[in-house]
Amino acid sequence: MHKILLKIFRTGNLTEPLPVPAPPLEKPCSLARGSLSIRHVDAGSCNACELELHALNQSIYSPETLGIRFVASPRHADALLVTGPVTLAMKEALKATAGATPNPRAIIAMGDCAINGGVFRGSYAVAGGVAEVIAVDGQIPGCPPAPGQILAFLERLALPEPHP
Amino acid sequence: MNPTEYGPGPEPCFTPGSPTKFVVPCSRVTPDSSADYLSGVNRVLNRGGRLVSLWGSWADERAPVLFSAFSDAEGLLLFRLGISALERTFPSIAFLFPLANRLERAVRDLYGWDPEGLPDPRPWLDHGLWTRPPMVPPGVSPAERPVREDSFSEDYRFVRVEGEGVHEIPVGPVHAGIIEPGHFRFQVVGEKVLRMEERFGFTHKGVRSLFRNRPLGEAISLAGRISGDSTVAYQTAFSDAVESATGSVPPLRARWIRSILLERERIANHLGDLGALGNDAGFGFGQIQFGRLKEEFLRTNQQMFGHRYLMDAVIPGGVFRDLGPGEITVLRKECSRVKEGVLELKTIYDEHGGLQDRFSGTGWLDPMLAGRWGLGGVVGRASGQMYDLRHTHPVPPYDKVRVPVSISRRGDVAARVQVRFQEIRHSLSFLDSVLESMPDGSFFNPLEESFSGSEGIGWVEGWRGEVLCWVRLGTGLTVLDAHCHDPSWILWPALEQTIPGNLVADFPLINKSFNLSYSGHDL
Ligand code: SF4
Repeated sequence: MHKILLKIFRTGNLTEPLPVPAPPLEKPCSLARGSLSIRHVDAGSCNACELELHALNQSIYSPETLGIRFVASPRHADALLVTGPVTLAMKEALKATAGATPNPRAIIAMGDCAINGGVFRGSYAVAGGVAEVIAVDGQIPGCPPAPGQILAFLERLALPEPHP
Repeated sequence: MNPTEYGPGPEPCFTPGSPTKFVVPCSRVTPDSSADYLSGVNRVLNRGGRLVSLWGSWADERAPVLFSAFSDAEGLLLFRLGISALERTFPSIAFLFPLANRLERAVRDLYGWDPEGLPDPRPWLDHGLWTRPPMVPPGVSPAERPVREDSFSEDYRFVRVEGEGVHEIPVGPVHAGIIEPGHFRFQVVGEKVLRMEERFGFTHKGVRSLFRNRPLGEAISLAGRISGDSTVAYQTAFSDAVESATGSVPPLRARWIRSILLERERIANHLGDLGALGNDAGFGFGQIQFGRLKEEFLRTNQQMFGHRYLMDAVIPGGVFRDLGPGEITVLRKECSRVKEGVLELKTIYDEHGGLQDRFSGTGWLDPMLAGRWGLGGVVGRASGQMYDLRHTHPVPPYDKVRVPVSISRRGDVAARVQVRFQEIRHSLSFLDSVLESMPDGSFFNPLEESFSGSEGIGWVEGWRGEVLCWVRLGTGLTVLDAHCHDPSWILWPALEQTIPGNLVADFPLINKSFNLSYSGHDL
């Protein structure tokens, strides 16, 4: 036990300041008030986008300190974060998950595949980007996008809207 | 073993003059008939060979071909069975190698060729969404998408357990965590699992069709995105295949750098897994500490190779860029830092009673079964199997700097944790020696282009297990057809065997200890 405590003590606080502030959203979205619950849906990715979500979801980036949380059910979510090109076999599952997410909600396409099918575009087994299946509210480009980029985007989404 | 025993025409799988010392030896036999094929495969089984992969190809106008790859002490053995374009059947070998079951079903779904004698009539990659097998013969225009537009919910026949108090739990394809989509069907009584069955194909992206008639540059980047966590292994196997097909020799320094990338990929994934395994057993501390070590690794990757996961760092002919002396020093320093960190955490893991209690005896994979099925990778080695291509078929630099096989005979989650710890240690020592003794020279040799219509194969020990890529090239370095095989094909069925008798709540932990790829499997 003392080794664990010692290690925690020596490690200190790992959380880094947010690297780059994200540009303002094109379409401001007023669903969050300083907190954002996200449900991730893999619609057929190569799994590197998931690796970056795991990298994001720990103390170095610490999204929870910004009020951003990954949740286990679409019922609890403000936003769906969709990765991968939408495969035909996942099309219905994606629609059903979106249907189970209460309104108002945001749909975010994360990674080049989710944006336009990426390297898998044109395959018989791929419907294309997320927008081919459900309306998309925001995009995070990259293959895969780095955790800093994802965080900057999500932070912008989680910010309370300025009300003039 | 003498390949003549297996059938007619044993010949090297590569273009004559190929740099065979850089790739695992491979012989190809061409059985004349189904009966010859079956007796050849039977002989492979009797001589202790194991199944590596099985796939179809319909890349040129000639009759379709079924490939199956096996391994023995000598290297790879490739069967190339011509299929009658009229009858479109091939003999199933699942009664000899049970792991061929899903591979043959996948061939049936993709090409419409029937595996004769396969008792399992269920589809595997096809979810009832295709109007015809999607891999059309060359010359036939794939213009019309073979897809049902109406949504169709498939009725897959899971094997059910009946009896008092038995019920069924369906899980997926969308899971509660950040993981890939797949479906698991549990038959349980109380908290105890009686049977678990997998249903995959949700991430099927038609990669085989995307490879067809692709310029090499696009094909290699596609290969690196079949399973993102193994991008180096895939791109190395794919490059080996292209090099052996064209008779090109990558410079020695490039082989050295590739091995550095491969081991960095292994270490990064193992670090992530060890953290996640701690977390799944309720020890969040592990996740944070290992995550931090992994993040440091990824950032160095980004700095030196321009990508956190090393995508597109390996290219046919060599590697994308060289390492300077300053960078080599940085990498070596990082290795010793990570070594220290991992050692410290290993003591904490080993001494943590609660953690060991969750790991020990959980998810036991019988070493006898692992032996019978010839399982490699982390999973196979944690159940006593001595398969590691870096050790059994070392290509440069693994022939100079030897990597011992990390092995455990316990077969439980604890064993898979221990194998990962050992492998990190061995890889770090390997990296240190390799970085110290890098040969001089260039990091890239242009490919030989003076050839037409040749095949090549590459076989690499990735972090999860053996990755195999086969390519068929046409003129102008166009990829006519290619097949990449993920070790998950062979290991997913082993997971099914591991679950019965465990608690439902232990499934995530056991699944994590395997950490198999869905995308690499579904392709
Ligand atoms: S965007 Fe890149 S990393 Fe993400 S799923 Fe697609 S290929 Fe993989």
